Amino acid sequence: MLERRRIERTGKGEIRLRLPRDERGLLRSLPDQLRRLLAEAPDDPSLERLFPPAYDDAQDEADYRRLMGDELLEGRRHALRVVEETLDQDRLTKEQAEAWLTALNDLRLVLGTRLDVTEDMLLERLRPDDPNAFELSLYAYLSWLQEQLVEALAHDFRT
Amino acid sequence: MTTLAPAEVEVEQPRGADEIEHDRPWIVIVWNDPINLMSYVTLVFQKLFGYDLAKATKLMLQVHNEGKAVVSSGMREKAEYDVARLHAHGLWATMRQD
Repeated sequence: MLERRRIERTGKGEIRLRLPRDERGLLRSLPDQLRRLLAEAPDDPSLERLFPPAYDDAQDEADYRRLMGDELLEGRRHALRVVEETLDQDRLTKEQAEAWLTALNDLRLVLGTRLDVTEDMLLERLRPDDPNAFELSLYAYLSWLQEQLVEALAHDFRT
Repeated sequence: MTTLAPAEVEVEQPRGADEIEHDRPWIVIVWNDPINLMSYVTLVFQKLFGYDLAKATKLMLQVHNEGKAVVSSGMREKAEYDVARLHAHGLWATMRQD
């Protein structure tokens, strides 16, 4: 039961979503938190992985930001909106599933940056009195969901 | 907030050495990071560049094991487009002239 997949591909090629109510409640609370961070604290260090520099040269980088910044921001906000709007559905279209993939990854990038995660971080080391226990658990949960989503979508990109 | 950037002015580019400079291709580099899932990075390479699973996996492993990999190259505009799409997908991508 505990291991049951939340996201999988059906025989017909649809993406099926099976989220228990408490997990939907948790996921519902996250997009707005990230949206607010993007709006109110765009220079917050936890956002730096969402907007990495393209160029070494400062002027080229400033031009890149001016050209692409709004579009990249709007893409992220769109993905967060799609998650909020489709959380209660039991099926996702491919476009919706790809927006979920973006949103889950963005949430993980922010959480992972804030927690300063390392590649070989093992959650077995998680101690109940760790002040970051909740965020670490959330990071692991989102990673688990994203892995299922990647698996469900991989079929579409197999050539 | 302030800017030191001058107002944009159309400048006629001198021909010659600069033109050759301009023709050198740009390369797009993806850097390793501890957050992006290996399976996700492979999927993004397949989706954005149309690479088959073997090539996408090879590039992902190169990023993972060697710290970075060149994932595409071309004219500046094309490289910038690729970097922006990689950024939209949360990958740590940069570009430079080869």
